[in-house]
Amino acid sequence: MNTNIKTREYTTVSEVSGPLMVVEGVEGVGYNEIVDIETPTGEKRSGQVLEVTKDVAVIQVFEGTNDLNTKDTKTRFTGQTAKIGVSRDMMGRIFNGIGKPIDGGPEIIPDEELDINGAPMNPASREFPEEFIQTGISTIDGMNTLVRGQKLPIFSGSGLPHNDLAVQIARQAKVLGADDEFAVIFAAMGITNEEANFFMRDFERTGALEKLTVFMNLADDPAIERILTPKMALTTAEYYAFTLGMQVLVILTDMTNYCEALREISAAREEVPGRRGYPGYMYTDLAGIYERAGRIDGKEGSITQMPILVMPQDDITHPIPDLTGYITEGQIVLSREISRKGIYPPVDVLPSLSRLMSGGIGGDKTRDDHSGVSDQLYSAYAEGRELRDLVAVVGEEALTERDQKFLEFAQAFEDQFITQSKDEDRTIFETLDLGWSLLKILPKAELKRVKEEFIEQYLPKDD
Amino acid sequence: MIIEGKIIKIAGPVIIADGMRGAQMLEMVRVGDEKLIGEIIELEGDTATIQVYEETAGIQPGEVVECTGGALSVELGPGVMSSIFDGIQRPLRIIREESGDFIARGIDVDSVNKEKKWTFKPVAKVGDVLKAGDVLGEVQETTAVLHKIMVPPHLEGEVTEIAAEGDYNVLEDIAEVGGEKVQMLQKWPVKRSRPYVRKLDPDVPLVTGQRAQDTFFSVAKGGAAAIPGPFGSGKTVTQQQLAKWADADIVVYIGCGERGNEMTEVLTEFPFLDDPKTGNPLMDRTVLIANTSNMPVAAREACVYTGITIAEYYRDQGYDVALMADSTSRWAEAMREISGRLEEMPGEEGYPAYLASRLAQFYERAGRVETIGSEPHVASISVVGAVSPPGGDLSEPVTQNTLRICKVFWALDASLADKRHFPSIDWLQSYSLYVDSIEGWWAENVAADWRATRDQAMSLLQKESELQEIVQLVGPDALPETDQATLETTRMLREDFLQQNAFDDVDTYCAPDKQYKMLKTILLFYKESLAAVNRGAPIANIVALPVKEEIGKIQSAITKQCSEA
Ligand SMILES: Nc1ncnc2c1ncn2[C@@H]1O[C@H](COP(=O)(O)OP(=O)(O)OP(=O)(O)O)[C@@H](O)[C@H]1O
Ligand SMILES: [Mg+2]
Repeated sequence: MNTNIKTREYTTVSEVSGPLMVVEGVEGVGYNEIVDIETPTGEKRSGQVLEVTKDVAVIQVFEGTNDLNTKDTKTRFTGQTAKIGVSRDMMGRIFNGIGKPIDGGPEIIPDEELDINGAPMNPASREFPEEFIQTGISTIDGMNTLVRGQKLPIFSGSGLPHNDLAVQIARQAKVLGADDEFAVIFAAMGITNEEANFFMRDFERTGALEKLTVFMNLADDPAIERILTPKMALTTAEYYAFTLGMQVLVILTDMTNYCEALREISAAREEVPGRRGYPGYMYTDLAGIYERAGRIDGKEGSITQMPILVMPQDDITHPIPDLTGYITEGQIVLSREISRKGIYPPVDVLPSLSRLMSGGIGGDKTRDDHSGVSDQLYSAYAEGRELRDLVAVVGEEALTERDQKFLEFAQAFEDQFITQSKDEDRTIFETLDLGWSLLKILPKAELKRVKEEFIEQYLPKDD
Repeated sequence: MIIEGKIIKIAGPVIIADGMRGAQMLEMVRVGDEKLIGEIIELEGDTATIQVYEETAGIQPGEVVECTGGALSVELGPGVMSSIFDGIQRPLRIIREESGDFIARGIDVDSVNKEKKWTFKPVAKVGDVLKAGDVLGEVQETTAVLHKIMVPPHLEGEVTEIAAEGDYNVLEDIAEVGGEKVQMLQKWPVKRSRPYVRKLDPDVPLVTGQRAQDTFFSVAKGGAAAIPGPFGSGKTVTQQQLAKWADADIVVYIGCGERGNEMTEVLTEFPFLDDPKTGNPLMDRTVLIANTSNMPVAAREACVYTGITIAEYYRDQGYDVALMADSTSRWAEAMREISGRLEEMPGEEGYPAYLASRLAQFYERAGRVETIGSEPHVASISVVGAVSPPGGDLSEPVTQNTLRICKVFWALDASLADKRHFPSIDWLQSYSLYVDSIEGWWAENVAADWRATRDQAMSLLQKESELQEIVQLVGPDALPETDQATLETTRMLREDFLQQNAFDDVDTYCAPDKQYKMLKTILLFYKESLAAVNRGAPIANIVALPVKEEIGKIQSAITKQCSEA
């Protein structure tokens, strides 16, 4: 790759604009190479080459370009693309957004230096994810099942309790019948100090800290730095999962902040913008993150991803949730309307989806009636919700008796099935049984989505 | 003379090199010390702009660019079937053997195994005078595919030598035609379509076993269909269903900028599923092209061409090929990304001005044709392209330009998907312009009144949407009982006919005959309930009849093929 290891120093910065810096008269600079920068006051920063011609390099500066000038800013080209030194000892430690320890502990002595961009997993090497993860949340386990190696984001709105849900999942997630716990990697991008404290307190309280690795880029840290944060986290995850054989759960929050940073760089480079000002390559860029979840045929470990993103204006068609949904294997959508009713967790099951559900459930994995119950709950709740809109216009009396049952069902579903407390850890069997007890509200002839034999077996009998 | 230039600029997947005078447009080149694969996409003076099919991190100005003298081509011959390739036809299983579970850069592997011996059975004899496309011999490539070794498109003449039946690898001479030695392996540049004699009108449906498609919005063999829909609406499931159950001889499945796990799913599932027609494993008639979203974007741009060229090659052998491209939007975005790096003048939403023409050129390679050769055969390529409109908004350029070309439109709808109405094909928006031309096939093979039955069901569904508007104002009870009977019937059409669960062992495939009889049964219910209402029977009693519940279970109660109804 880069045989030219002699380092090259230049003080020929010709332009500084936004997060970018242009250096002239350079030689032998590689695309994407990492650059060490020294500000006029002697402060050290780092950057990365975004574009290079024979003698000019465009560099994005991770820690911000304030105080940089064209006179006496020093740049040193390292000849290396961005790397992270990984080791088992990273567990239980806290790093900043670009992988430097910030918990006062010792430097990490790396076992391996890995390129943070990774390489694409060969589709022929993948193993299809199909091991059920029980999160203890009914709306997820029962209707949007998560499996090992899946990427399943939470689409939320500002002020909704996505953080509570994330920590609850991190705490409760387990694979039925297996006793290896998840190693959790937590990557924060642009979250507030308060949010960060919330997460850390919860991890401490539940003793999760020793299986936890944290990469923390806060709201007041440089925005550009957070371009690297998820890549640092996922490179570490790959090492844990595929070298050390661990089951890894990666929580990435908040992907919206990551995308804003991408947009900022793109704007500074005066690129032709795609939809709503976000760069045209944002899909590819996000795929480079999300596709790093998965399992490999013949290897023990797995990477399960749970990215969290706040939808600007609660708009699911906004490019950030939209492109994410096009890449991930489903989404858990939180709803302001449901939250306003005081329901926790305010999961709206209708737009939520787990695409890997069908492989992860059923007789040998959860229970034979699982898919039928889930389908039936979905269609009944969807119908109940539609009728609610109708009632708002024509009044409840105008409904048939059948329709009124569906209304009643929708209400009970929200009160009992969706609603659970922040430390309530339901088993999948409790969840399914709860589902049956709600289906009891409907006329039996309406239960078209479940097989007759399961109705016989599981529907509570009149007594 | 080998042309060799030097890199002067690198920006993502696009590099610029000078010293390239004499190089050709679309020529394949090797870039840098690692000899990454690239293609020349612009020439000006002695500088060439090159799109690189692999990750370019670490490449430096000054590194060498070598021309190869040929255009980006695919290798065609025995060994292609059942393979999984990346966007530039590198076999991913071999790459795995070479570089492990993550794809390294600069790997040089053969597309088709050059050592493997295939049993070649000659068909032509010495002294035969053959045209391009004529069959020299046959190789049983997989249980499902008899691979015809053809005289390559540029050649014709007398056969002066033909190999005896025996085992040969793809590079050994198996014949001499018109003075030229011929091997089993052919090469073909991906951006050029392979020749055929003429296009024929598509009038045979591609039977997919999917009720909404076959009965209402059928695509003909040789036709092109577009499936636009927001994320999670069922594009991939639909394409996989078609790849599994469509009555094509060969399936080419292109995962273009989509998920790795979806490819794995096909790879793990298809070997264990049997073709309903032949009983052979589906994998034996399937070729996969996997250039997932995290693989290099320039190779994503190439992957649809690689796929359709392979499809054309099997079509030339006389087969009906079905090609799935999931998703053409990712392909268009790859074009946009490269165009952006070239600083071309952007068109609508940043897409290059040539977006429409590239889409049209691609879909034009579909069709029912008379193949070349002395004895022309009829063969076809049907193309089904998924479209992923941002925010589900169908007014965006890729959807609009695709709809201008495709005669079949399956509109997937998010609100149906949210209700778990699958496939979420919106029956009011979708259309097929082939219904008239394939009507004859149904009349002949299924039932004389197929068209009338289908049309009656469709008009009931249209009536339903008008009635729904009234219900929204006054509630269902205020409707006349005959209209309520209509609504009960359309509910059955929606829930029992249009919905079809891809994951149900039985319902995943529904034979044309069963489709027709299900529809007939529901319409009979309609006729009888109207008659009963007119005799004064209350609608509530009719709705409560057990027969209605029974009809609801036809989907899975009757086997896939069974014609009892
Ligand atoms: N015919 C069907 N039967 C049952 N379930 C279906 C069917 N079609 C779609 N689904 C459900 O919808 C989910 C999403 O479908 P799919 O992955 O095909 O969406 P998509 O349109 O390809 O989305 P994206 O654009 O993000 O790739 C599936 O995982 C499955 O749960
Ligand atoms: Mg899809």
